[in-house]
Amino acid sequence: MSSKIYDCIEMIGNRIIENKDFLTELDREIGDADHGINMARGFTEVLAILPKDSDNIGDLLKKTGMTLLSKVGGASGPLYGTAYMQAGKVCAGKTALTAQDGKAVFEAVIAGIQKRGKAVKGEKTMLDAIIPAFEAYSAAVDSGASVNDALDAMCKAAEEGVEYTKTIIATKGRASYLGERSIGHQDPGATSATYTMQAVRDFIKG
Amino acid sequence: MVGIVIVSHSVKVAEGIYDLAMEMASENEHIIAAGGMESGAIGTDAFRIMSAIKAADTGDGVAVLADLGSGIMSAEMAIEMLGDNINVRIADAPVLEGAISAAVTSTSGASLDEVIAAAEEARNTSKLS
Repeated sequence: MSSKIYDCIEMIGNRIIENKDFLTELDREIGDADHGINMARGFTEVLAILPKDSDNIGDLLKKTGMTLLSKVGGASGPLYGTAYMQAGKVCAGKTALTAQDGKAVFEAVIAGIQKRGKAVKGEKTMLDAIIPAFEAYSAAVDSGASVNDALDAMCKAAEEGVEYTKTIIATKGRASYLGERSIGHQDPGATSATYTMQAVRDFIKG
Repeated sequence: MVGIVIVSHSVKVAEGIYDLAMEMASENEHIIAAGGMESGAIGTDAFRIMSAIKAADTGDGVAVLADLGSGIMSAEMAIEMLGDNINVRIADAPVLEGAISAAVTSTSGASLDEVIAAAEEARNTSKLS
């Protein structure tokens, strides 16, 4: 019997692994053609080493971050590694999360990624999916919407964020070498971040 | 002596820069190449970089030279994980030219500040004049 947090991370990992080729293809267009391969390698290792029966959310998120940090290799290693480690800090000692905890996780993740990548919204990065998703989720939670509705709003905003990355020039990461030629392509990091949020929604909605 | 860690996505690039630096700093035993992943694949690994920093440190501090994007991010994470135990800084410099300047300066017995300054000066050196 595996814990809920393990099952949730497994769902995220499987979503990334299933979409490995598509993520790599996106990265071939504007980067170094390794995003899907790297993320799949990282999550394959994560799913192999995480203790299945532990319900310590903070601990599992921290272990996920440490493993991604050492196994992913590309920029997504330190970025996702930081994101999961920051989320782990917020969830330290917890075995369940509330909708408000979700906001705190988002805040820590965004702050961590911004610090690590020195990026802001509008630079064709994962933040272009994550920040609007956070804003939509928070607005829904604060207005008293159900968790399911808040998660749907989160994913819709993330998906729109991915679409938005097609319209802008990359100024961070390997895609910035392409300049204007990066327009028209969706950002691989925003895409994998959206898969992550979709998997969390699907897990919670069951 | 100030240690130097050369970070690249590629094992070969880091080792190649190491070879070039050692031509000018052959008596320096505190220069370490930390390229690629443990498996030899292209990428950077904060834990490998952390081990390299520890190995390069003699107590006088360590200068890190890194290549593109995640080279810097992984080096920053390595430094954060080390805490305050080692005086280590990343040079804002091109990895090859910076590493050679740093190696020569370190071998002369300079401080970490001087080694970092020498590496960063490589940013402004014109190659055609």
